[in-house]
Amino acid sequence: MTAQLLASLPLLVPMTGLVLCLVFWRWVALQRGVMVGVALSLSATAVALLLRTTGGEVLAVRLGDWPAPMAITLVVDQTAAIMVLLTAVVAVACTLFSLGGIDRTREHSAYYALLCGLFAAVCGAFTTNDLFNLYVWFEVMLMSSFVLLSLGGRRAQIEGAIKYVTLNLISSTLFLAAIGLTYAMLGTLNMADMAERLAAAENPGQFTPVAAIFLVAFAIKSASFPFFYWLPASYHTPPSVISAVFAGLLTKVGIYVMIRFFGLMFPASHPDAGMIYHIILWLGGFSMVTGVLSAAAQMEIRRILSVHIISQIGYMLMGLGIAGSALHRAANDGDPGGVLAGAAALALAGTIFHIAHNMVVKVNLFLVAGTVERICGSGDLNRIGGLYAARPGLAALFLIPALSLAGIPVLSGFWSKFLLVRAGLVAEAYVIIGVSLFVSVLTLFSMIKIWIYAFWKPAPENAEPHNPDRDPTVGPMRWQYAGSLFLTCVTILIGVFANQAIRAARIGADQLIEPRAYLDAAMDRAGEPASADPASAGEGVAR
Amino acid sequence: MHLLMAITVGMMYATGLYMMLRRSIVKLLIGLVLLSHGSNLLIFTAAGLSEGNPPLIRPGEDGMVGPHTDPLPGALILTAIVISFAILAFACVLVKRGYEEVGTDDQNAMNTTDQ
Repeated sequence: MTAQLLASLPLLVPMTGLVLCLVFWRWVALQRGVMVGVALSLSATAVALLLRTTGGEVLAVRLGDWPAPMAITLVVDQTAAIMVLLTAVVAVACTLFSLGGIDRTREHSAYYALLCGLFAAVCGAFTTNDLFNLYVWFEVMLMSSFVLLSLGGRRAQIEGAIKYVTLNLISSTLFLAAIGLTYAMLGTLNMADMAERLAAAENPGQFTPVAAIFLVAFAIKSASFPFFYWLPASYHTPPSVISAVFAGLLTKVGIYVMIRFFGLMFPASHPDAGMIYHIILWLGGFSMVTGVLSAAAQMEIRRILSVHIISQIGYMLMGLGIAGSALHRAANDGDPGGVLAGAAALALAGTIFHIAHNMVVKVNLFLVAGTVERICGSGDLNRIGGLYAARPGLAALFLIPALSLAGIPVLSGFWSKFLLVRAGLVAEAYVIIGVSLFVSVLTLFSMIKIWIYAFWKPAPENAEPHNPDRDPTVGPMRWQYAGSLFLTCVTILIGVFANQAIRAARIGADQLIEPRAYLDAAMDRAGEPASADPASAGEGVAR
Repeated sequence: MHLLMAITVGMMYATGLYMMLRRSIVKLLIGLVLLSHGSNLLIFTAAGLSEGNPPLIRPGEDGMVGPHTDPLPGALILTAIVISFAILAFACVLVKRGYEEVGTDDQNAMNTTDQ
């Protein structure tokens, strides 16, 4: 298969699914089939992309075959391939869960078409190299999520949706304004072209205020401190599988875009790089602490999980901040190949690993929360209980991702935190490492709280009896278990094959630090693909 | 001209933000409209204003020769207008549903999801 076709498949597959779902508007069974097909073919595409990019090759396609800086370019390097793979994993799990867990009314209201639209937009945002195209994907993503969020029209959903829509529209407006200023300043919106023009600019510091607007826009999208208020207001209101898709994908797109954008525009040689990454580090620290502390105050499963997203976003920002600061210091010390550069590559690999791990685990926890709500009729920890005795299988499906989220060894969360902490120790970022370890303990506390209240505590006396397996409005419950089981297996596999996973994340991190291959592919310059050997990390830091 | 446009954009942002800080959700909507139009004007202004130079290829020429306006910002703005139109249409319906569910257009009454 040609590289061009392969690189555009992550976009084409869900887009085709979207069209087919709309064509089959009246036949819900066919729509389900289309959704399963989309999830499976997206997975196959992602695996193919991952295998192609492991050797350091960067795939690119210029849409419409326009010449290089003009065309909208889709570029897939190792990091983008990992992200597309994780999107596919989320798609498979949520499709399985939806077969049993989504009500018939929603299925008849274009639910699957909207899901396909969301996946297309997320894949588009992961692969595009054009800022305005990125804006369009953000809007497609928002539009799908707006409708998914408010579908059903309960009061809580509408209230949550109004906050979600307003704050995300402000973010889009800021993003658009920053795009306009960028075009005025640099004369291009192709990110690779921008990076090269900035690197060659006489006074690159002029771009920094515009970058600050971008930072705010991305920070709102990724729900980081202090812009996260839309998230806890809305994420617990729709059905759990929709929350799960949002939790797994939306905020992660914001983080990924931040890594991509600042990695390209603010390499170590940029005079303001130190300041930018320092701010990101602070945002990360505060996100971690505020998220985990607000979780301690909540008593409803999905509300606890929602605010935990914010604290996990903090870890990702922390990794990016440590990596950028370390690279900047290494370049200033005139030692671009030294220990600090190694720490930076490790921190960035840890960030990619953490995003991947978090997408799997968070989606799984939301899916389990959905099953718990279906069995008990509520997610309020005071009104439920006794699930360990009644459903030991479900208890296991909850315990594994919960422990993984907290970072218990062997499971995936341990390895990502291990990478981040180790990189932080080498880079001497002791304060933030201390904060992150403290937050880990509190995360464990939150998970244990859910475990004790929902699973160990006997069911309360006044619990209304009902039979969740015989609910005519939704499908059979075994599909819900299938979705959770799939993600639990992925969590365990990431933990067991951590070596391979870390290697892939490391290749991605090296490509982000030394984006020569990415730039060449995006600008359509034929040349030797850059070396992906981890040993050569940070060689060209001071480019 | 640049100065006038800059002041206009600034005024639109300021008015939009002020409207969003009001308690009525209808005013919130008007604020969003003003913000998105302010951004469109910002792109238009920042990309450069020039008078009497249409972004057109003159008859008999092979490309844009001589002074011309950059056509790209226009394309960007058109796309942004279409997108913001769709989203604002959705937001209008959402606000109407919110009014029907809550029974008031006061944002202070919409706090059940934040507790």
